[in-house]
This record gives sequence, structure tokens and C-alpha cells, in this order.
Amino acid sequence: MKMTLERKAELERLCLQFRKDVIEVLHAIQTGHPGGSLSVCEILTALYFEKANISPENQNDPARDKVVLSKGHAAPMLYRVLAERGFFPKEDMRTLRQPGSYLQGHPCSIYTPGVEVTSGPLGCAYAAALGLAIADKLDGNDAYVYAILGDGEINEGVVWEVLMNAAKQKADRLITILDWNGVQLDGAAEAIMPMGDIEAKFQAFGCNTILVEDGHDVALLCEAIDAARGCKGRPSVILAKTVKGKGVSFMEGQSAWHGHPIDDESYAKAIRDLEARADG
Amino acid sequence: MDKAIRDVYGESLIKYGGENKRVVVLDADVSSSTKSCLFAAEYPERFINCGISESAMVGMAAGLALGNKIPFVNTFAVFISTIGAIAARTFLSYSGLNVKLMGAYAGLSAGYDGSTHHSLEDIAVMRAMPNMTVMVASDAAITDWMVKTAIATDAPMYIRLSREAAPACHDANARFELGKGCIVREGRDVTILACGAMVSEALKAAGALSAKGVETRVVDMFCVKPLDKALILDCARETGALVTAEEHSIIGGLGSAVAEELVRSGARAPLEMVGIQDCHAESGAYKQLLQKYCVDASAIVAAAEKALKRK
Repeated sequence: MKMTLERKAELERLCLQFRKDVIEVLHAIQTGHPGGSLSVCEILTALYFEKANISPENQNDPARDKVVLSKGHAAPMLYRVLAERGFFPKEDMRTLRQPGSYLQGHPCSIYTPGVEVTSGPLGCAYAAALGLAIADKLDGNDAYVYAILGDGEINEGVVWEVLMNAAKQKADRLITILDWNGVQLDGAAEAIMPMGDIEAKFQAFGCNTILVEDGHDVALLCEAIDAARGCKGRPSVILAKTVKGKGVSFMEGQSAWHGHPIDDESYAKAIRDLEARADG
Repeated sequence: MDKAIRDVYGESLIKYGGENKRVVVLDADVSSSTKSCLFAAEYPERFINCGISESAMVGMAAGLALGNKIPFVNTFAVFISTIGAIAARTFLSYSGLNVKLMGAYAGLSAGYDGSTHHSLEDIAVMRAMPNMTVMVASDAAITDWMVKTAIATDAPMYIRLSREAAPACHDANARFELGKGCIVREGRDVTILACGAMVSEALKAAGALSAKGVETRVVDMFCVKPLDKALILDCARETGALVTAEEHSIIGGLGSAVAEELVRSGARAPLEMVGIQDCHAESGAYKQLLQKYCVDASAIVAAAEKALKRK
């Protein structure tokens, strides 16, 4: 079903708020990862507000859908989205990365309501996502597992081990979304580790691939998720082309903002940028 | 003829894992070595051969545990404690997931395969991780108990197994308890705290020492973590001299754990450690290697005599 323009505009307003709030928190605490948080914003929003059957009400139901943020450094955006979804008060975002907080630097399944799988060491949580999908299958749960990978993350060998296993298990309920922002910590992905034809690589590992040219368009993301659900007998991978630092002009495409503290001047400019985009 | 630990393990997995539908068994293309193949033949729908992808296997097990399964992860101890370590740390230790890591071919029991396949640091690696229960199987009876207990206990565990046969060192009616050592022979002059195959070697050593007029207590410290600290202190007080014996590096294993507790408590008893002396071993027959690297009954006798002199 196609998303209405009203709903799309509503989700876009939410995304703008998420971006502003994440930038505000990261500025306040002077630590954390802005770049990858901004690029994954619409992917998380499409899942938690449209497609994934997850809420605080069903979080103990084994048959719920599960979202696994394997690129765990984008935790600030995940936390902001979970807060909006009602898993915890959004005011607690201020405790992010501080001693005593249930909002750790990287997501942890035992501390944070709504976090399905601990992530941080890249690739690890992806394997757990497949394990969850296999458990669902064994129990006959009518559920999907959505795993979000970074494109730097796919340098990890374990990602491809997981894909071999997913294809062998015919894990068609495991839907992978690649946050394909083209930039990793040390620089442009192409320079740090050229991955060649990424889509062909996923296909060669037995996956159904779906390309989303604009991974910041929630409607397109939702259509891709619908298409992935329709694919039987093999895992689907949605290749969502995104922009690292999306929405903040001077952060866009810049590896320097992968995990750089936000100074006062940059903070003010970032908020101005985001507001200008909203008006435009 | 005593049964090989791995065969006992494979049969116990069927015995207890068969009746509990939450048990899922994973292997990384060595199931005919680890003997998880026995479970695979009986319960193929609950067996996953991950191919040679140990990193993925341990992570997948974590996901299965999140899905309320009780995954048993099988491969050689050396691989599970190195390649599997990042997932073990993230998901078992940090996230507390109910995964059982089964370290096959531990110690020198991969014999002829050489140092690349020996596992002499696995206890150190696993013991350093918070929340991890670490156990070492010494004979058939306790291996069977460990499988049963692992299923019944909701906790992350590392269980160290052997390729080899081990003579029975426990009575048929012996009772075991998580976190408690098990005294397998009484004596008042010296205590040998052993784990794994070294328990039966320690019993042999105790026999030889008895012929020399030394009465030796032998304890199966099968649970390296949590450690039975009270029993260690009792042994120090009651026998006045301690020897640890393990088929593992003297760095970070049972010997280290006992030494840490002795120093922490201020107990005064000499301690000698039998184990691999911070080196790599080589290819060879298992028994030959035990002898060459001084992890056998005669090495334990020598260590006990040394400890007695230091009393």
C-alpha cells in the first residue's frame, strides 16, 4: 500500500525532530557518533513507525518483530526513536553515555527497554539477528527480523559468514537494510576498503536485493520493505543509499563527523541548517 | 575400556537435549569430531551445521538464546576461545545470554595436530570474562552431569571437554554442585587441586605418594569459575600444602585462580603448579605429550614433594 502524502509529511516532521534532538544531546555530552546516527534516521523511523510490529505493549510477545541495529554506534538515533515509540522517557536521552545510565554508548539488550540485541563490535549482532530469525522459524512465529548494517560494517568477514548461513537456512524472514552512506571512520568507503559491486556481492551470497536510490525517503523505504516481505525462500537485503551526516550541510559525507564532538559554533549552525531545511 | 569424554558428551546431549525441545545444537563442520553429530542424527530439525564460520556460529547462538532456546555451540576449544571470543564477550559475558560453549579437543588432546589445534589458554580467556561459568570435565559421570546441569541452569557457560578417554574418578553415586569442588580422595599431608584429565593423574600420583608414606587429598576442581574458595582455604589449613594440576597454561587457569585466592585471603600454604609452562607444545601422541610437557602423575608427584618440603 502506498503511503499517503500526509503520513509521509508527518514522518518527515518526526525525523527532523529526531535529528535536532540527537544533535542537541551529542553537543551537550560532547561524545557520540553524529554521522551514522543522521544517516540511519529514516530507516529506523520507517521500521518503528510503519513496518515493524513492535511496541512497549508487545515487547515480551515472542511473535513480535525484532529490529537489530547491528551498526551499534548509531545508538543515539535508535534511543531517540525508541523514546518516541514509548519505550522510555525522551528526557533520559540526556544521560546518554554517562555512568549509571541505561543508555550506554552502544546498545545493550539487558539495560535498555526496546533494544533486542547488544551491538557494537561490528558484524556480531548481525549473526544474532539470524539466530533470532531461526528461533522464530523453529517456534512458528509469524515475525520478521530487521537487521540494519553499516556499509563500513560489511568489511567484517563475519557479515559474509552470516549471509552464507542465512542463505542455507532460507531465512526469508530476515530482512537486512544496508545504511549505504559511503563513508566510514577513516574516510570514504571506496578508499578505505573498496567493496566492488556491493549489490552483486549480496546476490552472489544468495540474497534477493532491493535498491533504494534515496534511503532518506520513508515512503520508498516502506515500499522496499513490502517487497522484501514478498520474497520467499531466501533472505532479502535492502540497499538504502543514504548520506552520512544527512541534514547538516557541513557534516554530510564527511568522515570527520563519524564520532567527533560537536563544538558550540557547529551546534548552532547544525540547528540552523536543520530548521532551514524544514522551512524549505 | 573407558569411554572417550567426547562420546559421553554426544550421548548425554541426546539424553537430555532430546527431551528438552529448547535445546538447539550448533557445530562448525567438526560434528563428527565433537560428537554433536550424534544429536544431529536424532534431531536434525534442532541441529545447525554452520560450516566453518565460528564467528557467525557463536553470534547465531546468541540470537537463538534471545529467542528462548538453549543453544549448545560446538567446535574445538582453541577456536571457540579465540574466534568465538568477541561474541562470547558481547553476548554471554556482557548480555548474560543462556548459551553453552562446548570446547572440544581441549588441552593437548588434539595431540598429533600440533600447537595450532591444542587449547592451552581457553580457561584463562573464558575465566577473565564477567558472568561466565567455566567448567572442566574430568570423567564420564561428571560430563553427563555437566550437560544435564547446563540445560537446567539459565547462565552463560564454557565447558571444556576432551577428545580422550578418562578413567572414572568419581563414584557412580557421586553428587556434584555448581561452584563446589569435589573431594575424590582424602589425605592430610598435601592437597592436589586438579581439573580435567589431571584428576585421574592426581589419583595415580596420590597412590604413588601413599607408598612413600604421604597421604594426599585429591579434589576435582571441575568448576574453575565460580571457584570454591572455601574449600581451597580448608585444604590449605587442613593439609598445609597445595598443588594445582591442569592441562592448560600455568598462566590464567586453575593454578592462577587458586593462587589469587590464597594471596587474597592471606592463607599460608606453599603452592606448586603443574601445567604447561608458558610454552607451545608440538605434534605427538597425547600420552607422549602429557609426559614431555610435564602434565602427568609423575610431574604431580614431584610437585607434591616440592610443596611438602616448603611446608
